[in-house]
Amino acid sequence: MTESFVIDVRGMTKRFGDHTAVNGIDLQVRRGEVYGFLGPNGSGKTTFIRMLCGLLAADAGEGTCLGFDVIRESESIKRQVGYMTQRFSFYEDLSIAENLDFVARMYAVSNRREAVRESVERLGLAGRQKQLAGELSGGWKQRLALAACLIHNPRLLLLDEPTAGVDPKARRDFWEQIHELAGQGLTFLITTHYMDEAERCDRLAYLSFGNLMTRGTAAEVIEGAQLTTWSVFGPDLQEITRQLRSTPGVGEAVAFGSRLHVSGTNANVLERAIAPFRTERYIWQQIKPGLEDVFIHLMGNSKDNFSA
Amino acid sequence: MKTHTPLSFARFWAIVIKEFVQMRRDRLTFGMIIGIPVVQLMLFGYAINGDPKHLPTAVLLADSSQQGRALLSALKNSDYFNFVREVHTEAEGEAALARGEVQFIVTIPVNFGRNLLRGEKPTVLVEADATDPSATGNAIASLRTLLNSALQHDLKGALAFLAGSDPPINLRVHARYNPEGISQYNIVPGLMGVVLTMTMVMITGLAITRERERGTMENLLSMPTRPLEVLLGKIIPYIFVGYIQVGLILVAARFLFHVPMTGSIPLLLLTSLVFIAANLAMGITFSTLAKNQLQAVQMTFFFFLPSLLLSGFMFPFRGMPEWAQVIGEVLPLTHFLRIIRGILLKGNGFEEVMLQLWQIMLFAVIVLAVGVKRYRKTLD
Repeated sequence: MTESFVIDVRGMTKRFGDHTAVNGIDLQVRRGEVYGFLGPNGSGKTTFIRMLCGLLAADAGEGTCLGFDVIRESESIKRQVGYMTQRFSFYEDLSIAENLDFVARMYAVSNRREAVRESVERLGLAGRQKQLAGELSGGWKQRLALAACLIHNPRLLLLDEPTAGVDPKARRDFWEQIHELAGQGLTFLITTHYMDEAERCDRLAYLSFGNLMTRGTAAEVIEGAQLTTWSVFGPDLQEITRQLRSTPGVGEAVAFGSRLHVSGTNANVLERAIAPFRTERYIWQQIKPGLEDVFIHLMGNSKDNFSA
Repeated sequence: MKTHTPLSFARFWAIVIKEFVQMRRDRLTFGMIIGIPVVQLMLFGYAINGDPKHLPTAVLLADSSQQGRALLSALKNSDYFNFVREVHTEAEGEAALARGEVQFIVTIPVNFGRNLLRGEKPTVLVEADATDPSATGNAIASLRTLLNSALQHDLKGALAFLAGSDPPINLRVHARYNPEGISQYNIVPGLMGVVLTMTMVMITGLAITRERERGTMENLLSMPTRPLEVLLGKIIPYIFVGYIQVGLILVAARFLFHVPMTGSIPLLLLTSLVFIAANLAMGITFSTLAKNQLQAVQMTFFFFLPSLLLSGFMFPFRGMPEWAQVIGEVLPLTHFLRIIRGILLKGNGFEEVMLQLWQIMLFAVIVLAVGVKRYRKTLD
């Protein structure tokens, strides 16, 4: 059964003192899948990834990652995982080639020189390989980090907010590369805050305050939330937002560009609640809820355990 | 119109408050502010003594006369000399001096008593380990009076003529290893140890904390690597740096200060390796304990201060009280100073060096073991 799952863990838990950062999370990821990991800051995404690759010792949980025991065999897991940290964590005072060479040596990559040369070429940095990593722009740093994570031919890539602070064009290129690699059988677990990126994932999991709120394909996640959403267009949306938020029956009222999305879990209750606001000043339209509507809804539902 | 004031009390006060809050959060710095004056007071106030007394002394007593024994008991009762053993041959005395077990050897020659009574002015030979001239100066100065007064008691009645203004004995002092009492001969080799202690501990002290501060630690830990690989890998390059320093100081010692180099230089280079490694191990262990680079530097300073003061570099080791000597014996610099002075000035060989060297090795192994244990393989 574990053959088909690259990641198959149950009950993964991590506590920091009284604070439970990750609370009994189960996760199954298939080979060649691009799995999106979403949730607000501090929801436990990074902690979960760090437990997977042995950077943090789990307090509870069991299962396998790449067929190895996730608790006891982290040394073996590390050898076949590429982990891209949230913050650029290669050596800024080493050149591009030197960084790649260092990583290749750490993983005892055979044909090291060849691997480094190919990697530099694939990056399109052949002419700049002697440039210091610290001098690169955000987008190039990200590409270097990905190249370094790939140099030992890992079977699983754990990418922690790989596209934070990267321009839209570079983000697009990055995702194309990820799908290409996934097509070759590489498995990805990626955390992101961007909805367009979430939509490009094969499947998603949404975390909030250490709890897994929902998972599945984008369609399944939306379906599962059973949300009714209305789009509002008109003048003075600020004011109507404020009023709607204090109206019983309205779950969320959130600005989406120039429009307002008003959601609730009970279609009838919601329709009654918004009735007084449906004047001719505003254009009301029921729409199919998107991922972001669902996530905002989930975020509102989960209780904040920071204040606990 | 006044667009801005040159000094706003509110802004100035905001900085003051912020500094106090930050000071309170940074416990180690605060500890240093309190700890350093206390440590310095203790060391300078109690431990340091520029006029060392109770120096270990061996006696070669070749004459069993009453007068010979009177001299011996006078030495035993003096402040400066602490009679630790009696040697029976010159070679035995020589070895004790070379190993640094004793500071002085007093030889009372054959027929001392008879020659004294005959008024032939027998010669008492005092050999002093003068590698550190400041350690022996006062003791030697007191010697003549001590010996004369010791004999006063015996030289009475018919012998009273011997106790006249002319001293009844000859005192010959051999300042061994550094006959001219040149303090550079002692300080320059010692400086090698001091420089290595400061730079080697600091340089590796920053090694792990730098990775943690720059965020590269997370990456390093996610790779399949073991603590010993990381720690040793970070030590080796600096051994090379240490040798550059050793070379510089040796060249300066030879050509600028004309320090004698009696012993084997290869032996010195070999022992330097152990000493450098011990200090690097200390630094790397600090590195695993410190939260950031500043703390690593502070810890280095905390290690360097006692090394400088309690090793026998700045003040004669034997001038310190017992407790300070106990601390000093733990520090690698104390043993390295004995080794380097021993090799260069005394011409010590492998055997004498090993007496000190194993203690540096022990220090290095223990400290590195703590470092490996403390090195966290996870980010917990």
